[in-house]
Amino acid sequence: MTGFVGALVEAWDELRIHKLRVLLALIGVAVAVAAITGVTAAVQMLSQAYQEQFDRDMGRQVTVAVDAWAQGEQSAPPAALATEYARVLERYDITWASRDLATQVPFRFPDGTRPTEVRAVDPDLGTMQRIQVVEGRWFDDADVDALAPLLVVNRAFLDRLGASDLSEPLTVQLGDVTPVRSRVVGLVEDRWRGAPPEAYVLYDQLTRWYTPDAAAGFYQPAPTLKMWVPPEIVDDLTPRLRSEIGAAVPGWEVGTYDNRSTGGAALDGATRWVALGVGAFALLLGGLGLVNIALVTVRYRIREIGIRRSFGATSGRVFVGVLLESVVATVVAGLVGVVLAVAAVKAIPADVMFGGLQDRPPFPVSAALIGMACATGVGALAGILPATVAVRVKVIDAIRY
Amino acid sequence: MTVLDLLGAAEEVHDRAPVVELRGVTRQFPGDPPVHALHPTDLTVRAGEYLSVVGPSGSGKSTLLHLLGLLDSPTDGEYLLDGRPTSGAGERERAALRATRIGFVFQAFHLLPHRTVLENVLLATVYSGVPRAERRERAVAALERVGLAHRLDFLPTVLSGGERQRTAVARAVVARPAVLLADEPTGNLDSASSESVLALFDELHAEGLTLLVITHDDEVSARAQRRVRIADGRLQEIA
Ligand SMILES: Nc1ncnc2c1ncn2[C@@H]1O[C@H](COP(=O)(O)OP(=O)(O)O)[C@@H](O)[C@H]1O
Ligand SMILES: [Mg+2]
Repeated sequence: MTGFVGALVEAWDELRIHKLRVLLALIGVAVAVAAITGVTAAVQMLSQAYQEQFDRDMGRQVTVAVDAWAQGEQSAPPAALATEYARVLERYDITWASRDLATQVPFRFPDGTRPTEVRAVDPDLGTMQRIQVVEGRWFDDADVDALAPLLVVNRAFLDRLGASDLSEPLTVQLGDVTPVRSRVVGLVEDRWRGAPPEAYVLYDQLTRWYTPDAAAGFYQPAPTLKMWVPPEIVDDLTPRLRSEIGAAVPGWEVGTYDNRSTGGAALDGATRWVALGVGAFALLLGGLGLVNIALVTVRYRIREIGIRRSFGATSGRVFVGVLLESVVATVVAGLVGVVLAVAAVKAIPADVMFGGLQDRPPFPVSAALIGMACATGVGALAGILPATVAVRVKVIDAIRY
Repeated sequence: MTVLDLLGAAEEVHDRAPVVELRGVTRQFPGDPPVHALHPTDLTVRAGEYLSVVGPSGSGKSTLLHLLGLLDSPTDGEYLLDGRPTSGAGERERAALRATRIGFVFQAFHLLPHRTVLENVLLATVYSGVPRAERRERAVAALERVGLAHRLDFLPTVLSGGERQRTAVARAVVARPAVLLADEPTGNLDSASSESVLALFDELHAEGLTLLVITHDDEVSARAQRRVRIADGRLQEIA
């Protein structure tokens, strides 16, 4: 162990002495490591950003959605479907589930009553689709029993109400014939510039407080049932859901859908490989530069190595010494490269690169580790050749006058 | 001092154990024709002896020194160091023997140019297993011994030739070797510097160090207590 420490100290000493010589090659290695680390990190962080974007639109992996359509007058009543949904959630022990019904509900805005896009959901949807509340809060389970409907609205909705934030209690009349005063508890950003006013409301509250005029027969749309489940159970679960729900509510057409095929490939694989290829090429160039310099240095140091050996340095020690010089050098360069990469990635304004991210991804440790592994590897590879040369030199030739 | 005392002293040397012993050692370099750098040679150097090997350029002096220093291996014959045959020793063992039993002084000094005087001397303690805590103390003591205590942090490049060679001597003796091998130690020195190095050898000899000095200079060779002449790879004791 002390021998190893000694060898490290020796290696560092050598570098200190030949610093100018080595510096240029090391800059190449540092830049290459920075490139590889930065690209890896950016790819990972962008992947996460894309993933989150996707999650907001499509639900997290894997979200299974069940849809049911009444086929005619003799279909089972919608209440039977609701009971069956509750039963399957219980039966399959599904932790994260939400009904999701996109509909239109009239709201009384200062400029008149207008039908407005509403999603009637359960509290779990906030987690399942990473809904980002920028002000106020999302729903919780207790809200189902609230004495008035609660709303989470988008900014366009807020604008139409003539409010700019939620610092004051904000209410709006929901419904047209017998309106009910509903309270805005949370604000989300518009999904795109110029989006129309939209609101989330709890499904149970909406059905309690608002009945559409034409609420009759099979026109009553049924909510989609969304479930966030582990990937390994999806293939097993979906056919069971179809057959069990289909059997429980005769006269309904039941379909399932999962989002596996649409997720995942967040960043095009080819782009990633091209970027890493460029980094690897830069690393190769840096490594070759290092080999070259190490060879020159060894040739210049052959006499010194001969002297050391005449005073008892073993060939193994000489080999390790020369190898470690290279590795110590590239590890230092690698650290510099990783720091550069972190700084570069941090320097990119978050909204530019990761607009609207819920969690700004931290700099991935794995990217830093990959960078350091590359640096160490190139140091070892670049060191092997000169180390071999150093060992093969005969002492009597090395110290010949 | 009486004749009897001298005889007694001489007998004493003969009683001591041989440090190096060559038995029919030859060294041939391959070539067309092969170079017989050293013909079959017998040589015994006992502890405390100061031996000089004198001969013209190309006579095989360095070849002999490299063999004795385990930097090279004989083509034939056996070399015993401290009474133990070395022909079976592997590279690792030979390195260990070089580190602990042998000290070298070269004509061209062979100091590391970017290291201070002290660091150069420390070098020899690293491989010889001197405990880390003692290294500096030992190196400083060795440099004091050669009269360079005031030059510890100097680079060799700013030293005079004599100072450089005395640094090299300090480096050679710091690990307390069994024998000091010097190859033309005064070859690059002016006469004053030569004298300072030779005086140092005399003192080290008086302190009991075994010395083997190789030279082409009869004056240098004359300082030794025992002299051997080498010509065309053949050794001959000078009476
Ligand atoms: N590696 C070698 N290959 C071939 N011939 C060599 C080698 N080393 C020494 N010689 C030859 O051996 C002879 C003795 O050389 P050397 O011991 O260096 O002489 P000295 O030190 O007395 O000047 C010379 O003729 C020299 O050319
Ligand atoms: Mg010579």
